[in-house]
Amino acid sequence: MGYIEPHAHMVSRTTDDYKAMAMAGCEIICEPAFWAGFDRSSPQGFYDYFRQLTEYEPARSAKFGIDHYCWLCINPKEAEDPGFAREVMAMIPDFLTAPTVLGIGEIGLNKNTKNELAIFEEHVALAQKYDLPILIHTPHLEDKLKGTKLIIDSLKNAGVDRGRVIIDHVEEHTAGLVLDEGFWAGMTLYPESKCTPARAIDMLETFGMENVWMNSACDWGISDPLAVPKCLQEMKRRQHNKATIEKVSYANPMAFLGQSKNFRPVES
Amino acid sequence: MPDRNDILDLYFMDARSKLIDIAAFLDRVDRHEGDTDFRHAAFLDAMEALKNPKGKSRAQAVLESLSDHTVEPIEAAGTKGAAGAYEG
Ligand SMILES: [Zn+2]
Repeated sequence: MGYIEPHAHMVSRTTDDYKAMAMAGCEIICEPAFWAGFDRSSPQGFYDYFRQLTEYEPARSAKFGIDHYCWLCINPKEAEDPGFAREVMAMIPDFLTAPTVLGIGEIGLNKNTKNELAIFEEHVALAQKYDLPILIHTPHLEDKLKGTKLIIDSLKNAGVDRGRVIIDHVEEHTAGLVLDEGFWAGMTLYPESKCTPARAIDMLETFGMENVWMNSACDWGISDPLAVPKCLQEMKRRQHNKATIEKVSYANPMAFLGQSKNFRPVES
Repeated sequence: MPDRNDILDLYFMDARSKLIDIAAFLDRVDRHEGDTDFRHAAFLDAMEALKNPKGKSRAQAVLESLSDHTVEPIEAAGTKGAAGAYEG
């Protein structure tokens, strides 16, 4: 069965990982812009990164028959310097003409600071100006609950189309907040800091199968590019039927991503 | 859908192993020298939340117990990382 990996940081992964994902049935990868594990020394570093996301990774992915799309932004960890962040954001409109850019993401908060929130709001305004969907990163660990609430309040104030916003990395204490307000929710299968396959399935069973997707968010940290197909195997062990598994791993991401003008997959 | 014993069949051994790991972790902290920082007390509080989730799911109660419950954005980030528990 084919699946979509809607959130993976392939710039951090080896070509062997592309191969393994293709073998596991991955048909589409979406790659949000994020922190590289270190701060870039200049906005020009982001120009190169955006080229990597829009030119190099789609070509690398295509060699394994996987469509590659991306999301652009400056991530919240580097948004603490607003002057720097605004220089990076000024480059984004030029890249929106690239054929595989889906929208603005992954924006959000990291330590829930005033500057992070200001740059988050400017990104939301940018997405609204260009009529783009939004992918949102919520903070880690003890900062997630507060950050999720700040993000939801900010989005409500901005009057965004909630069905075109996905708030990622939800856990048991934030999934209900996100879904009840009409946003999409992403569950990240990240071994140490986010959630296991068993817990992701618990959340599906508790909060429902609508407006949710699962991703690996595989990056340079301890993470697993095959986390999604492994979770689909776990869904089988939990006696979920084929239709449910297909909905969560394929139909749901197709429905959300289909709201982006540049998303034009060949139906499998 | 699986029944409760099916869930035990699937996850009991794994959960048992994690439970003993937690017990051994707490013993390990006790056995060593020096003071513990806020994370130790937060961990013990989270275990209380697990035992008494007050109408929430246990996972939600534990996560909320470890969370920052303030509401205002902070002035500046002192660090990029998160500790796993709120220092206050
Ligand atoms: Zn990410």
